[in-house]
Amino acid sequence: MELKDIIKEENLVYSKPKLLNDNTMHYCPGCSHGVVHKLLAEVIEELGIQEKTIGVSPVGCSVFAYNYIDIDWHEAAHGRAPAVATGISRVNPQKVVFTYQGDGDLASIGTAEIMHAANRGENIVVIFINNAIYGMTGGQMAPTTLLGQVTATTPCGRDLDRNGYPLKITELIGQLPGTSYVSRQSVHTPAASRRCRKALKKAFENAMAKKGTSFVEVVSTCSSGWRLTPIEANKWMEDNMFPFYPIGDIKDGEKAGPEAYFQQNLKTQLA
Amino acid sequence: MGELRLMKGNEVIAEAAIRCGCDAYFGYPITPQSEVMETLMNREPWDETGMVVLQAESEVASINMVYGAAGTGKKVLTSSSSPGISLMAEGISYIAGAELPCVIVNVQRGGPGLGTIQPSQADYFQSTKGGGHGDYRLIVLAPSSVQEMNDFVDLAFKLAFKYRNPAMILADGAIGQMMEKVELSDFVPRKTDTEIETEYGNWATTGKKANRSKNVITSLELDSVLMEQNNLRFQAKYRQMEEEEVRYEMIQCDDAEYILVAFGSSARICQKSVDIARAKGLKVGLIRPITLFPFPTKPIAELAERVKGFMTVEMNAGQMIEDVRLAVGCSGNSKPVIYFGRMGGIIPSPGEVVEALEQKLIGG
Amino acid sequence: MTEEIIIAGFGGQGVLSMGKILAYSGVMQGKEVTWFPSYGPEMRGGTANVTVILSDDRISSPILHEFDTAIILNQQSLDKFENEVKPGGTLLYDPNGIVHPPTRTDINIYKIDGTKIAAEMGNVKTFNMVVLGAYLKVRPVVAMESIRKGLEKSLPERHHKLIPMNLQAIEAGQQQLEAVLEV
Repeated sequence: MELKDIIKEENLVYSKPKLLNDNTMHYCPGCSHGVVHKLLAEVIEELGIQEKTIGVSPVGCSVFAYNYIDIDWHEAAHGRAPAVATGISRVNPQKVVFTYQGDGDLASIGTAEIMHAANRGENIVVIFINNAIYGMTGGQMAPTTLLGQVTATTPCGRDLDRNGYPLKITELIGQLPGTSYVSRQSVHTPAASRRCRKALKKAFENAMAKKGTSFVEVVSTCSSGWRLTPIEANKWMEDNMFPFYPIGDIKDGEKAGPEAYFQQNLKTQLA
Repeated sequence: MGELRLMKGNEVIAEAAIRCGCDAYFGYPITPQSEVMETLMNREPWDETGMVVLQAESEVASINMVYGAAGTGKKVLTSSSSPGISLMAEGISYIAGAELPCVIVNVQRGGPGLGTIQPSQADYFQSTKGGGHGDYRLIVLAPSSVQEMNDFVDLAFKLAFKYRNPAMILADGAIGQMMEKVELSDFVPRKTDTEIETEYGNWATTGKKANRSKNVITSLELDSVLMEQNNLRFQAKYRQMEEEEVRYEMIQCDDAEYILVAFGSSARICQKSVDIARAKGLKVGLIRPITLFPFPTKPIAELAERVKGFMTVEMNAGQMIEDVRLAVGCSGNSKPVIYFGRMGGIIPSPGEVVEALEQKLIGG
Repeated sequence: MTEEIIIAGFGGQGVLSMGKILAYSGVMQGKEVTWFPSYGPEMRGGTANVTVILSDDRISSPILHEFDTAIILNQQSLDKFENEVKPGGTLLYDPNGIVHPPTRTDINIYKIDGTKIAAEMGNVKTFNMVVLGAYLKVRPVVAMESIRKGLEKSLPERHHKLIPMNLQAIEAGQQQLEAVLEV
């Protein structure tokens, strides 16, 4: 049998999503972004929402996310993606809007924006890539950097007294009544990727159904920033990240109704 | 004739926005402009025109909501006062860099820092020279009456969309808090999504259709050659504004020997100063820049040919005087250009202005 | 015709709303008007003042340092604005709480005991309308018909039932004005 006999439509076992274009990604070998981009493109394609999806890309390694997925994109300022997404979504309620943010963007400079967008229950999807380091600027400490973890700005390891605690922002977001689905996933194995894809799909379905904010953290590797090979990075993530950032759903339900927040009718009381 | 009302400048901004088919307002309360959002919330335009009004968690969030919504081709407004505008500076730079239209209202108060809530014009540099990082300009309109607060909302949107550039209405606490008779504009319906797709589908994030490539709103370009081209395109746009959009008013300049130069509230004060000076037999006129960027350089240069001198009157330490000096310098005439003003929220009196004119320019 | 007025008193005395009703009445009579308030923390109980200008011509400065008429409702405001009345101008004041009455001899001075009259009418909130009535008696810059229209425009519709009472208060003020000095 020759090669040309094998390359046939009926023998196709895998194809990349059409939404993922042929641009060469700028991500480092072993980086999780590429896999998450692919899952994202698959979900948008599967849900048939390409024409009404608008992505908001962050500042960080995924600043160029707009180069790879063929939908309309809006590139936000550092940390402000949830505010930009709020603006897009509020004036276009029929659109499906998501942000794609890293840990520096979402959990450091943009904490106010993500908290308030989620607390308002904006009908958006937030994809949060947590690799516990600043990738783009060269491996500095992130808010999610583990205690003892060596980075360019914590050369002796993250120190509690100097740098404070690693921030479990996803757990905080899960406390907000405006969220309907808050989950933590990873993409380091095919099985994990399948679970992550399912989580992303649920998040997008929630946004389409106007069910408030859906938030999916993806615990990710940064082999360049961590100074490890891709295989070592996966192992390091399993050994060190997962115990502190456990994988699984944190909240899966509905955003809170007003009942729990009205003990009496304040409007008539003040009038 | 449109509907006549007695309204505060801040209230008129809100009413004019609803009437000109504005799609959204995002803002954060700060004195002396909080009536803008309060009026919008009371008017409930979401029922009437479908306009979105949202109180954001900060000015930083407000301007980024504007950035997002403006990217979709909508008419979007925000307002704040000086400290809040400083917080917005980053977002405004992004909006200018991404070439999006929007309107920002600054009801100025005195600074620096938390300063005072009383009126000021100390954000002239910030508004006309950029304000945020990078080489960009805003179209800056300076209303000097409540009527102009009404008229400039629509004008600012028209200019913002013509140039795909943020436009600022630079008012101050006096214009914002003052009530005057105002003739309101007629209602213009908001653009439909189909109209927006037709008119702005080549750049706005309206959702990628099968028949077009994806639209990306961004100010990022890491290739220096391309980034320089972007900058050159912006600059060409600013030069076109200088050619086509200069607006100003001249009052009693025909036979004037001395010219007051003032914008916004100061120009109102100076109108009275001109009357007082004329009553004393002094030939004084007033030129009121309406667009602060683009600045009316040519008319000032032309006046420099025939008058004896200029005095700028500003509620700041002397900012616009730099542009007046440039204009007079351009004319090749070495006529004196001096400044008189008050700071810290103090509004100069018409008499004070005349006194300064007599002592510093005419007698000086 | 141009009339430049300062109205000054305590926050809560209805200073700003008196100015607004007067200004709106001017609009109803086809005049140019400006209403320029002191703003900020004063509105929470300190002193409040508003400059109202009515004119047949385009109004230049909305902010003034001398006035045709000062309407004064407390001692602090009297101290501050007595000297800002133009020679030959008018000063109208409510004597309630005034311990140092005006001393100028080159202006017209009138008194209106708005506090007492409003209390006698059974509604202290109409105090500012009593004072407005007294002002209109001295300076009939707008017609009563315009005042009625101004009230309709200034007050939210749910308060329109109060308009007759306000008009009565204005009439009472017109009737009970006292001249102190006429130059």
